[in-house]
Amino acid sequence: MARKVTGAKTAIWTAAAWLVGFIIFFPILWMMLTSFKTELDAFSTPPSFLFFHWTTENYATVQERSDYTLHAMNSIITAGGSTLIAMAIAIPAAWAMAFAPTKRTKDILLWMLSTKMMPAVGVLVPIYLIYRDFGLLDTRIGLIVVLCLGNLPIVIWMLFTYFKEIPKDILEAARMDGATITKELLFVLTPMALPGIASTLLLNVILAWNEAFWTLNLSTSAAAPLTTFIASYSSPEGLFWAKLSAASTLAIAPILILGWFSQKQLVRGLTFGAVK
Amino acid sequence: MGSITLENVRKSFGSADIIQGASLEIEDGSFVVFVGPSGCGKTTLLRLIAGLEDVTSGQIRIDGADVTDVPPAKRGLSMVFQSYALYPHMSVRGNIAFGLKMAGMPKGEIDRKVEGAASILNLTPYLERKPRDLSGGQRQRVAIGRAIVREPKAFLFDEPLSNLDAALRVQMRQEVTRLQKQLATTAVYVTHDQVEAMTMADRIVVLNAGRIEQYGSPLELYEHPANLFVAGFIGSPKMNLIGREVAGQFGAATIGVRPEHITVARDGEGWEGTVGVAEHLGSDTFIYVDVPQVGTLTARTVGELGIRVGERVRLRPDQRRIHRFDTEGRALAA
Repeated sequence: MARKVTGAKTAIWTAAAWLVGFIIFFPILWMMLTSFKTELDAFSTPPSFLFFHWTTENYATVQERSDYTLHAMNSIITAGGSTLIAMAIAIPAAWAMAFAPTKRTKDILLWMLSTKMMPAVGVLVPIYLIYRDFGLLDTRIGLIVVLCLGNLPIVIWMLFTYFKEIPKDILEAARMDGATITKELLFVLTPMALPGIASTLLLNVILAWNEAFWTLNLSTSAAAPLTTFIASYSSPEGLFWAKLSAASTLAIAPILILGWFSQKQLVRGLTFGAVK
Repeated sequence: MGSITLENVRKSFGSADIIQGASLEIEDGSFVVFVGPSGCGKTTLLRLIAGLEDVTSGQIRIDGADVTDVPPAKRGLSMVFQSYALYPHMSVRGNIAFGLKMAGMPKGEIDRKVEGAASILNLTPYLERKPRDLSGGQRQRVAIGRAIVREPKAFLFDEPLSNLDAALRVQMRQEVTRLQKQLATTAVYVTHDQVEAMTMADRIVVLNAGRIEQYGSPLELYEHPANLFVAGFIGSPKMNLIGREVAGQFGAATIGVRPEHITVARDGEGWEGTVGVAEHLGSDTFIYVDVPQVGTLTARTVGELGIRVGERVRLRPDQRRIHRFDTEGRALAA
């Protein structure tokens, strides 16, 4: 339905939208600003917004005190590795559920999601013990496995909704053309579902990158990703706001940049299916 | 070679029997059309032959070999879908070549075959385009190209022309028929359009509620329908079916007379009735006449016939072309 849009109305709504956007972004902005303050400025009340003594010493200290490159590498390997393995499992799984559903498919989907309904801490002790006995504590493999399993239900759900949109006829045409199941998945389904697969991949990388519960509990140093690196600055020595902020800024920078460049895909992924 | 044999093939989805024991012999090189009202199981039967659905019981043989449990990719058939089902991310060339690539054919040979198929179907200028840049008719041609290029044992067509406009449909109908004769490859074609069935088929399978009602050449079906269903389904306008006393006079439970086998006159012999509706098509006029004791009868007359609504007319059926059916609806011998 058409309605009259006046200039004033547009201006008010635009301002409101910017305000909401700013509020959402504020914590990140505040964190970035704090990372350039001295520890003293970081604590001061009332807090100073822009007019403080700008310094990069926090970044230097953080670099000195801990091995950023190692943790960043761990994050890349665990987030990337768990995502790739999850995709390799989820694409065939979602394909089967979308194109050869049985009476129980809906139940299986819900059952998979139900694993996300329990707080992770509920299974911390058994998983910790299993990891200890298998020597997986503080290993990249261990983190990859736990992150992959944790995100798998969401990945399968997302891919399932994408695949549902692809006409079954086209896959059947490939089958009639003599394609085996592997070739059908590789040459027909995957290219057609590429936007969906890309946004699922991205979202999963972000989820795995920011996952803090399992990474904090199952790793300490050798395999510790950036989440552990941040946490190490809220340490027994007391809180160092400025250094914590610097560490956090360093930790989220890569994912922020990745997210910025793939905004379009991400938005499509998050709202997919809501409107055609 | 491409003969297809169905032996007592059944298909059920849950408790619903979609195909209730179909047996059929499709000869190599023939053009067989499955026709029937929607929901009669014609598409399911085609998909069973393709292997896209599993049979519940029975056997399917292609060239004598049992393929009941062979996956679609290995049956050596090709299919043209109602929705065309082109690969949207591939060019026309890629679409047509896909099956050959899957078969592992060398690139030079693929190119030669794809270009051959494209030239038969007038697609050569469009080879590098994507399906979304083509018109409906061109997409249809690509789908057919994809089917013929593999030189399959048989083509399966699932209502391929139903998305085209009327003029294009007539043109494609002729092209498909000509192409099939030229390639001499077995074709199984599903349609709900009896004009397509009559014009294209060597033999027609009439399906109703999962059963094969009759299998025969178009003229056999027209001249000797095996039962009431086929009698009513084949022919347009529909055959007039008359029951009660009138049929009794002919020694049958029901008699059928095609509209084109009724002579309309203002006087003389025959059933007397009032013209209820007259449809003037130019070449023909269909008149619907209310006859007391008999019902509404349709008669097909020449276009110029000056008969108006409300006039009283006499209808004389051609005695040699009266079809007689028993109480079960089966045709009685003449």
